[in-house]
Order: sequence, then structure tokens, then C-alpha cells
Amino acid sequence: MRKGLDTTRAVVETSLKNILSDKRSSIIKKWRDVIVDTYPSETQRFFRKEKDLFANPVGNIISKDVETLYDELIKDDDDDKITLCLENIIKVRSIQDFKPSQAIGFVLQLKKLVREMLESKAPINGLSGELQAFENRIDDIALLAFDIYSQCRQKIYEIRVNEVKNQLGSLLKRANLTFEIPEQEPEL
Amino acid sequence: MNFIISILFSGFAVSTLILIPWVGVGAFDLRVLFGVIVPYAAMATFFIGIIVRVIDWGKSPVPFRIPTTAGQEWSFPWIKSNPIDNPRGTGGVIVRMILEVLLFRSLFRNTRLEYRNADGGLKVDYEWEKWLWLAALAFHWSFLVIFLRHFRFFMEPIPSFVHLLDSLDGFLQMGVLPFNGLGVPCVYISDLLMLAAVTYLFFRRLYIPQVRYISLPADYFPLFLILALGLTGVLMRYFLRVDITAVKELAIGLFKFSPTVPEGIGVIFYIHLFILSVLIAYFPFSKLMHFAGVFLSPTRNLSNNNRFVRHVNPWDYPVQTHTYDEYEDEFRERMIEIGLPVEKQIEPKEEPKEEEKE
Amino acid sequence: MADTPKPDELAKIDHTPPVFRGWMDTQPEIRPGIACYGSKSKDLKYVDMPNPRDWSPFDDDWKLPENWEETIHEGFKDRLGRFRSFKLFMDICVRCGACADKCHFFIGSGDPKNMPVMRAELLRSIYRKKFTVGGKLLGRLAGARELTEDALKELWYYLYQCTECRRCSLFCPYGIDMAEITIMGRELTNLVGLNIDWIAAPVANCYRTGNHLGIQPHAYKDMLDFFTDEIEDITGLRMEQDLNRKGAEILFITPSGDVFADPGTFTCMGYMMLFHYLKSLGLDITWSTYASEGGNFGYFTSHEMAKRLNAKMYAEAKRLGVKWILGGECGHMWRVLNQYMDTFNGPADFLEEPVSPITGTRFENAKTTKMTHIIEFTADLIKNNKLKLDPSRNDNLKVTFHDSCNPARGMGILEEPRYVIKNVCNNFYEMPPSTIREQTFCCGSGAGLNAGENMELRMRGGLPRANAVKFVHEKHDVNMLACICAIDRAVLPNLMEYWVPEVDVTGVHEMVANALVFEGEKKRTTDLRGEPLPGMEDEEDV
Repeated sequence: MRKGLDTTRAVVETSLKNILSDKRSSIIKKWRDVIVDTYPSETQRFFRKEKDLFANPVGNIISKDVETLYDELIKDDDDDKITLCLENIIKVRSIQDFKPSQAIGFVLQLKKLVREMLESKAPINGLSGELQAFENRIDDIALLAFDIYSQCRQKIYEIRVNEVKNQLGSLLKRANLTFEIPEQEPEL
Repeated sequence: MNFIISILFSGFAVSTLILIPWVGVGAFDLRVLFGVIVPYAAMATFFIGIIVRVIDWGKSPVPFRIPTTAGQEWSFPWIKSNPIDNPRGTGGVIVRMILEVLLFRSLFRNTRLEYRNADGGLKVDYEWEKWLWLAALAFHWSFLVIFLRHFRFFMEPIPSFVHLLDSLDGFLQMGVLPFNGLGVPCVYISDLLMLAAVTYLFFRRLYIPQVRYISLPADYFPLFLILALGLTGVLMRYFLRVDITAVKELAIGLFKFSPTVPEGIGVIFYIHLFILSVLIAYFPFSKLMHFAGVFLSPTRNLSNNNRFVRHVNPWDYPVQTHTYDEYEDEFRERMIEIGLPVEKQIEPKEEPKEEEKE
Repeated sequence: MADTPKPDELAKIDHTPPVFRGWMDTQPEIRPGIACYGSKSKDLKYVDMPNPRDWSPFDDDWKLPENWEETIHEGFKDRLGRFRSFKLFMDICVRCGACADKCHFFIGSGDPKNMPVMRAELLRSIYRKKFTVGGKLLGRLAGARELTEDALKELWYYLYQCTECRRCSLFCPYGIDMAEITIMGRELTNLVGLNIDWIAAPVANCYRTGNHLGIQPHAYKDMLDFFTDEIEDITGLRMEQDLNRKGAEILFITPSGDVFADPGTFTCMGYMMLFHYLKSLGLDITWSTYASEGGNFGYFTSHEMAKRLNAKMYAEAKRLGVKWILGGECGHMWRVLNQYMDTFNGPADFLEEPVSPITGTRFENAKTTKMTHIIEFTADLIKNNKLKLDPSRNDNLKVTFHDSCNPARGMGILEEPRYVIKNVCNNFYEMPPSTIREQTFCCGSGAGLNAGENMELRMRGGLPRANAVKFVHEKHDVNMLACICAIDRAVLPNLMEYWVPEVDVTGVHEMVANALVFEGEKKRTTDLRGEPLPGMEDEEDV
């Protein structure tokens, strides 16, 4: 899938970076919750609590990849890893009952989470430049998420088309050998 | 059904059921009604109800043999089969049913090798997420023990197994709990276990959103009823003592079909008895029938021997099929063309006449 | 899209706990991507199913017959009287929730109505209202509700989101089997003409031409001839097959999907090569164009339709005068053959107890149905050293095995495929125990749900399976997912393409044929797919 986020490659400055690292686990937890909260209330606990990788793939993918995504975001950028994490999460969400905006909205919500955290912790003023840069970066990731979402949907349709092609059989179709039940004949 | 309404409704229903004998015996002294008539009516409902239900189930045949196979089938001598989870014959089925009924084996299946993400990679361990299984087991077994212990009220002389149970059940608690110092009789493990298990089962229903979602008043009601039954029993035993001799007189009278209603039994006993009566009368109409149903469950009580022992469907009926002749009639020309053998050759220039089926 | 969210709704989904609402108060949206297309008039008419008309589940009007409530109630009553399983499963559930998180659709979607117990409650609520005293008197308090059109639509939506895989029944303390409830529920929906196109069309096709795909006899032969040419290209040997031949000892029946779509075709070529190999050892076998379908989409329609389609097997065996029947690799086909066929259309007293003509092994476990699974047949051949195998030809494969639901939980054929695989390839890795054998996860597309229009449903239903494959792919570099089911071979490649694109899908007999060393064959450079064998990458292709 798409590589590179070269457009606005902002370097997150150390001070904000430090705060984000300090608050790592609390932000990650909230970010996970933002995603899990988009599922029906009856299911959220299952997605959160069931730790078995195979009994609960959705919850575990969200859990693991959000964590990696966050770490990559505040570390020096590894675009490949970021893309991979986003892919893992969005692949799941693009086949669930979500509108596109709902499927990828969690990326932008990180901005809100970070701001809330900063407001309660440190004055934003001193960080505004860095914060701006960080938020621009999140915007870029959101665009990337949009690309990935589109690719996933594209993939679904590709698979559909290929399946039809394969089933309607290159071979049989070419030779016109299959038998279709014709439209109703009156005597039947 | 919404869980708040469910709980309110069930709670209200059970409270009312507690009030009825309280008022009935306490205020109006209807001892015969609550000590004799209601218990008899409930017992009759219980036995007749269960028999009717089981007969009703039994009337529906088992047209197909559909066990859920949970292990390797019997095939070659050199392949190890699983005679219990994939029973080949009656013996395996019996073991499977015993494990199912006595140990709730299918519930226990939840035990699994667990893979989870942990710091520094994947962690593999066994997960003990068996609370449901454990609580269910604790509940049913302690209920059984309590039931059996009650035989000392119904029988004279008290059977020896009751004494044995009594001492086993009470043994571990001797001097352990502070109750003993308070001059109350020794505490039965089964009492504590059952109350704890029922309470757990209730909170589990409330706490786990998926389970809360599927729960009906029919799930809360029996839980509350059993809780009330247990609590009144415990109250009677440890706090609001009643005249045991009189109770025993009443109970034996009931069982000997010469009911007497002795004086001097506290209202608490009548409440206990009434709740029990409601529980057993409710039994045949409720999900509690699972105790009988499990024995009839076709996915568990049949062996996976379909390929070597014929199973007959009692209501089998002939169906319309597309015979080979009809098929060949439609495709004969093309079949001949490509060299497939046919039953009938094409008759020269004549309308193919009606073929009869074999 | 008409329902584009407003900006302030973006990324917000209202899932406020319905404190004063229960599941009866929510009505699902019948979504494209999840629901399948409605059955077509012509297909229902062809097999005399009720209420034939063209309809769409995405329309408001489902064109139900006038008296549909009565029809369903009558049908309900009738089935309660005929199936103890149904009656019992309506009555004894205690809603403990043990099954709730065992369903692949629930795991993949998070939709609480995909919990097996909930899916069953959709039907039970209607049962209680009509057939129980409590339900009649107390209504919703007893978990009962009227059979309204909305209730029917909801029921339909979720009945066709169950693949009858029986994983839930494994964990149920009373053995309540959602597959059984789905089967009954689908029978009821069929009484008022609510089938899906992907089931109804194959049923009509199968009734007429003998197979789901509507392949006519000459085309069927053409396909086998085509494979014969392919095999000749690869091995240099001509491996002609017999069709509709009277007097053969064994009749071979396999799902038509194998004759038709990749990668099933390679499995089909595998069977052909195995039969040819055994010919000189005394195998006398024929295929049939009339009984050219092992699978049975009738089973996803009603018991009666299953019986009508299944009848061809014994009928053809009788007509051809064979001694016994050999069945190909397939999932639900084997549930039907194992648990229903003899009861449906037996006794097959004109056949004999299967005996392998090569090894002399008596297949005692098929004494009355007279039908043996090819994986049993092959396992027995290998055990008796009848096949010369070169597993190194499959050295480019790192294989894992997907137990198909029906052979696992409706039969118990777990060891034989593993035994065969281990003998024909050198690299075999199991997926985690909670995802294989009797606990296997469904492909997400079984029970007639392998249509194209419900691809989202299939992808989410297959997530738990794909997730386990991904695990062994990452851990052991597994690149091939083996299975013994034709629907698996049709749907798992798509599932893999979406979730684990590095893994391909194969039938077990494709690997057998790759490893099978023929006398007089030319030096093989490619496998059945035309891809170079390990170490042959530089050899000239044919």
C-alpha cells in the first residue's frame, strides 16, 4: 500500500515528545477506548477484556496496533510501520458496520485526546509550535488512513469481481457450456 | 427485554411471593393452606408438569441422528479414535452423558490454551476463565447436597447417608468461622456455596453486557426465587430458629399423606415452604426443565454411527426427484455426441415417447 | 450516498447503552454487503417451492404471500411435532452465554445479534408467543413477541448470517445446536419464498443437471478431458477417466466446484491422477454426470430438498450397478452423507460394504451407507505402502490444515487428512489448538453464504480463521492452507487475499498428486498449477 508521508514531515520536538512519552499508556488506553466505543455497547467489554488472540482478533488487533501506531507516531517516523498498523486496524473496520468517516475517524480523535491531556497537565502555550506540527502529522496520517480505507474497499470489490470471473469459469464460459435455468416456461 | 424492567419485575414478583405466606400465615393464620394445600398442589404440578413436558418432547421423534462430534471418529485400528467425544456406540454415549450431566463438560470446554500479547512478544499460557463452569457446578451440586440433607426432616429414622452428608458438609467449618462462637450450629459449606454461586450467577448476568442483553425475566426470576429460598433457609437455621420437631412432624405428615399442622412453627418456615412450592410449581413451565432436557438432547445422546448403523426416520415420506431417465431425455443428444453411454438411443425421426421409470 | 453523515456526526457512533430498550426494540438495517440477494422466481418454480417471485431484501416490500403469518405458524407447529431437536432447543436454553463469543460472525462483527443465543432467541420469541402459555399471557415479559413483518425480516437477516458450523453447539451445556435452529428457521422462511439467490439457483441447477453449477453432461466430460490434457502436459501420461460406465466397481462423486473453479480443479486433477495410478493395481471406478454433485444446497433449504437432491447418489449407484461409492473432499456434503443420507434415501442394500480393491481393507465404519471418504481411502493406501510418494516435490510448501466445520463437528474426520498431508509434504504446521479440530473456525462462507454480494459478511466471518492462519504464516512462514472442502477451496483464497495475501489454498489430493511418482512419467518440472517444482525453477517449462 501507499508509502511515504513526505508532504508535511514535521519533526515532533523533544519537549512535547517527552510529555507524550510520559503519558503514553494513558493516551493509548483512551485512544483504544475511542475505537472500541464505536462498537455496540453489548460487545465492548468482550473486545476489551478477551485477551486470547484467537478468540478475539478484533479487540487484539485494535489493542496491539494502536499501541504500535502511537509509538511510531511519537518516535522518529517509520512510515512503513505506521502504514502497516493502520492497515491492520482499517482492514477490520472497513468490513464492519461503519461509514467511512466512522471507520477512520479514530485517527483524528487523537488530536482531541492529546489536547485534553495537555490542558490538564501543562500550559499549551509553550508547546503550540510543536503541537501544531504534531497535529499536522496526525492530519497526514488521517489522509493515509483514508487511502487505506479506499484500498480495502477496492480490494473487496476486486475480490468479488475475480470470484465471479473464476466461478463463471474462464473455461466454461468461453465454450458456452453451462446450462442456465431459463426464464419460466409456462408448462412447468 | 430490557434488563432493568426484567430485574424489577422479577424482584417484585419474588417479593410478592414472600409477602403472601407472611400475611397469610402471620395475619390470617392460614396454616393448612400454606402448610398442606399449597405444597400438595405444587408437588402435583411439579410431577405432572414434568411428566407432561417430557412426554411432549418424547412425542416429537428424532428423525435424524445428529450428534455433535467433538473428536476423532472411529475409522481404522491404527487411528486413535475418541470414544467419548465421538461415541461409536452406547457405551461412549453413556460416558459422554455422565460427564455432561455431572461435570458440565461442554461448559468446561472453555478452558483453552491462551495466546496473548505481552511485553516483549507473545505469551502462551492456560487461561482459567471457568467461573461460569465453576459457579454452575457449585450451584447445582450444593443444591443437590442441600436437598439430600433435607431428608432428615422427611424421614424417621434419619437415613445414614444423610448423617454422612451432614458431617462431611459441616465438618470443614467446625471452629473456622466466627459463627461457631455465637452459639449457632455448625455452618454447612453447601449453604455458603449455593448462596455464593447464585449471587455470582446473578451479578454475572448483570455485569457482562452480552449476557445482560440476552437475559429475560425468566432468567432473573428463578435466580431470585432460589436466593430467597436459600436465604430463608439460612435465616431459619442460624438466626430465627423454628421448632424443628414440629417442622419434622409436618414434613413427615406430608410425605405420608396424613398431613398434620402442628402449632408453633414460625412464619419464616411457611415462607420457606411457599417459595419452594412456587419454585417446583414453576419448574415445568420454565427453562429449569433443562435438567430433563439435557438427557434428550440429540446432539449429545446419540452415537456417531450413522454410516454403519441405519437410522430410520419415522415420518419419512417419498419425495419427488429428477430421475436419470428424465435427465437423459433432456441431454441424450449431446451425451451421444460426446460419447457418453446412454440407456436409450435416439429413435429415428420420431417424437421420443413417454419413458417409464424403473 | 443518501445517508452521508453530517459533519458533527463524523466519527461518532451513538451506542449509548439502551437502558430502557432491549433487543426487541432495535430493528437492524438490512445492509448490502451483508445480506444476500433474494431468490429468483424461475428457480423456485423449477423445484416447486412456494411463493415464487422476484424480490429483493433491500426493498420495503418483500412480496410475502397473503397468509404468510399463518403459513409460518403452521410450519412451526409441524416442525415442533416432527423434530425433537427443534422443540427441545426452543425450550431448554438457560441463556448462560457460553456460546455467545464462540461464533465467528460475532467475533468478527461485534453485532450482539450474531451471538448464537441471540439468533436463536429471535426464533424462540416467536415460538413463545404462539406456543407457550407464559408467552401468550405475559408477552414481552416472558420474552415473547408477535410475528410481525419486521420480526420476520430481522429473523431472515440473521438466519442467513449463520453458516451452520456448529461451533456454538460444542460449548453448549445442553448441546443446543444453532445449526439445527438455523436449518429449521430457513425451512420456515422457505415456506413463504424467502430463500437467497445463491442457494435457490444451485438447487434448481442441481435438480436439473445433477450439479449446482448447471454443467451439462457433455460439458462435464469436456472439463475432465481438458484436465486430462493438462495432466498429460505435466506428466506425459494420458489419464483418461470413465464416465457413466455401467458395471464399474466404484462410483466416484465429488462436489462440482472441484470440476469447475480454481483451485478446486487442481484437486480434481489430483483425484484423476490417483485413480489412474491405482488402475493397474485393480481400481475399477467411474464418474457420473447425473450424480455429478457431492454437495447439497438443498440442505440449506429444507430437509425435503436435501433429500430430493441427495437421492441421485444411490439412484445412480443402482443404475450403474457399482458395489460402493467413494466421495470426494467436501464439507457439508459429508455431514449430509454421514448423518442424513442413509436415513433419507437408504437402505442401500443393493450395494456392498466398501472394501479397498487395492489393500483389501474393509471400511467397516461405512457398513450401511456404503460410502467412503476419499481421505480415508487414501490414508489406507499410504498406510499399506501402496503409493510411491516423493514429498520433496512439495518442499516449496509450508502447509497448515484447516479443519472444515462439517467433517470436524458433524463427522469427526480429523486424523486422516493430517496423516495424508504429513506423508505427501515435509513441512506441516498446526494452527493454535483453539482454532482447529473440533474447535475449528469456519471459513465464514458456508451454508450457502458463499455468494459475492455479501463479501463484507464473509470477510468478517472468516476473520477468526484468517487470523490463525496469519499467526502460523508469521511464525512458521506457512504459505499453503490445505483443506478437504470444496466450498473452502472456493472461498478461502478470497479470504486469504484480503487478510493474509501470502497464503494460498489447496485441496489435500492436489498435494497427493504432486507427490505421486508414476512409472513411465516424464521428468516433472512443474506442479499441477504449472508452477515450477522445487529445484526445477531453471528447467524449461513444457
